[in-house]
Amino acid sequence: MKYYRSHVLVCVDPECLQKGAHELVDALQDELVATGLIDEVQVLETSRIGGCSLGPEMMVYPEGVHYVGVTPDDVPYLVEEHFLKGRVVNKFQMPTTKVVDEELGAPTQKEVRIVLRNCGKIDPENIEDYIAEDGYQALAKVLTEMTPEEVIDTVLKSGLRGRGGAGFPTGKKWQFTRQAPGDIKYVVCNADEGDPGAFMNRRVLEGDPHSVIEGMIIAAYAIGAHQGYIYCRAEYPVAVSTLNIAIQQARNLGLLGKDILGSGFDFDLEVRMGAGAFVCGEETALIASIEGRRGEPRPRPPFPAVQGLWNKPTNVNNVETYANIPQIILKGAEWYASYGTEKSKGTKTFALAGDLNHTGLIEVPLGITLREIIYDVGGGIKDGKAFKAVQIGGPMGGCVPAEYLDLPLDYESLAQAGTIMGSGGMIVLDEDTCMVDVARYFMDFTQDESCGKCTPCRVGTRRILEILTRICDGKGQDGDIELLENLCQEIRTNSLCGLGQGAPNPVVSTLRYFRDEYEAHIYEKRCPAKVCRALIRYEILPDACTGCTVCARNCPVNAISGERRQTHVIDPDTCIRCGICMQVCNFNAVVIE
Amino acid sequence: MSVETKSSEKILEAVNAAIEKFGAKQEELIPILNEVNRQLGYIPTEAMEEISRRLKEPKSSLFGVASFYHMLSTKPRGRHVIQFCESAPCHVVGGREVFEALKEELGLEPNETSPDGKWTLITTSCLGVCSVGPVIVIDEDIYGNVDARKVPEILARYE
Repeated sequence: MKYYRSHVLVCVDPECLQKGAHELVDALQDELVATGLIDEVQVLETSRIGGCSLGPEMMVYPEGVHYVGVTPDDVPYLVEEHFLKGRVVNKFQMPTTKVVDEELGAPTQKEVRIVLRNCGKIDPENIEDYIAEDGYQALAKVLTEMTPEEVIDTVLKSGLRGRGGAGFPTGKKWQFTRQAPGDIKYVVCNADEGDPGAFMNRRVLEGDPHSVIEGMIIAAYAIGAHQGYIYCRAEYPVAVSTLNIAIQQARNLGLLGKDILGSGFDFDLEVRMGAGAFVCGEETALIASIEGRRGEPRPRPPFPAVQGLWNKPTNVNNVETYANIPQIILKGAEWYASYGTEKSKGTKTFALAGDLNHTGLIEVPLGITLREIIYDVGGGIKDGKAFKAVQIGGPMGGCVPAEYLDLPLDYESLAQAGTIMGSGGMIVLDEDTCMVDVARYFMDFTQDESCGKCTPCRVGTRRILEILTRICDGKGQDGDIELLENLCQEIRTNSLCGLGQGAPNPVVSTLRYFRDEYEAHIYEKRCPAKVCRALIRYEILPDACTGCTVCARNCPVNAISGERRQTHVIDPDTCIRCGICMQVCNFNAVVIE
Repeated sequence: MSVETKSSEKILEAVNAAIEKFGAKQEELIPILNEVNRQLGYIPTEAMEEISRRLKEPKSSLFGVASFYHMLSTKPRGRHVIQFCESAPCHVVGGREVFEALKEELGLEPNETSPDGKWTLITTSCLGVCSVGPVIVIDEDIYGNVDARKVPEILARYE
């Protein structure tokens, strides 16, 4: 292995590629050759570092200097200053005060990075980078010093729970699979991250694939499996290719395959791709899909731990769960359990989205309050608006209102508040959000993704969507709320899998905390947040209108009338509520009533 | 519509290649269908019949699988498939305008193919690149931070 005094990591995410990341890499290589530094400085390609919106961006190690906006023309100067003279070029440094749109920035004080620790720091396509960060040491420890029972015991003691959302203790699952009768067993990684807006697993797969692979080998050793599958959704082609490269590299080093590290333990891995079906994130549906069938769930029990892939005992864990394992083995169960609460140990990644100042990926210790996440990590609500609710847990999750801001984030507290931990999607909603509309959006999603196997979910979600749509359209009827409550109850208790059982959650939670909004829609034909188009009216304030005619000229349906320099008027019957008049008015004279 | 339907020869070739790559096993059905779909742009009935024969699987169950997954198509598609992400994070940062621009520029509604067989417009579930939304994918190229004005320029890159 060659040694370099400096490493330059250039981000090649779609955004930086568009801004010329490849040209930058080429220019750097050429300049390093020209200056004779090519044996001292290595240029690598990596995924996002956090400044793509100012891209192309690059990170220079060991100094940890983050440069953005470097063009090929700047390269000779930069190479001379930084690598020949050893001076940091300030004008290209990432501005530290300005927080830009980022997927994964520098961790804030409240964050603890275990799963994301290597993301953006190492070259995911080079196994040596991972090994340099203590990679595969946990595997070596397990294979040489620990019995399978000791491994399971460590995972049990760490308190790690399933990060896919349901929160089943990982060690217990491993124990069940190990104890299940049968010679052939499988480990499966659920990388079918389908919740809209949740991309934590993609980031780990693309930024640190070996942590997942190492976690899976350790799991296989613990339960006695020799074959594993990573089921990755087809919407993540980059993750699939990174994983395949990583698996091949691990095989080449004897970390996968026969007689791993000379221990006599055999294990190999294969990536299976989905073909676009949200329900395949449910473990029995996922198994059906790996077997080459329609991805439809089946009743449990028997659980996969007893009867899974090809009816053999199978351990199914999420990407994040596996990625935690090597660190737990290396640093010990007590270390891991020192983060979190009594029943929810360790850290959890979340994808923050919505009306926040800083959106992106975070990793926080469990037990942190929602207030800390939203205001300290997320930088508070955008444009100084008021917080209204946070939607946690994806389409099967619920909305939690302001009175729960000090709720500690753990599996039990979230369940009490009417939502779930979920895989880690967190959408923050400000005062301008209509909660009925939010419920309708999620029901539209679930209704579309229902696989159709069981009636409560297939028909029930459609009926709920119809009712919510008519409420938003101003056609809500007396009794709709009770009907919704009834339907939700039926669907929750009678559906086959987690998708159907969780589908009513967005409706139930908004009914619980924002019932007044439903009532305003139904009985007063009013949308308090002024979102539902059928229930709002655009009006022009006579005092503010200057009669400039800009609104009338832009109205697509000619609903605005008025002479030049005279107050204009909107005809509510013709108006289609597109809001263009409001956008084009220079005097803020158009308001929503 | 004059969308090109594939000749029997091409279909057989694609099926043979896919089965050779993955093996004539039932558990490889989805990878095989994916591969044929990628090669031909869709899965023609003829391909389905050939796969059914080779894998000794009933056609009904093959059709069940092919119609279950969003990414597999049993209808011919254009030379370039544009996927538009319709999830909430893209929607709130201007996705709707991009979608309108796409539809107008192409003269297509979702799930339609242009008469010259060049484009097919479909929607997709979340691609997980939410922080650079709105996102569109053309064939295998991902475009982030798209706005309505960039649409004609992006489309012009494809033959």
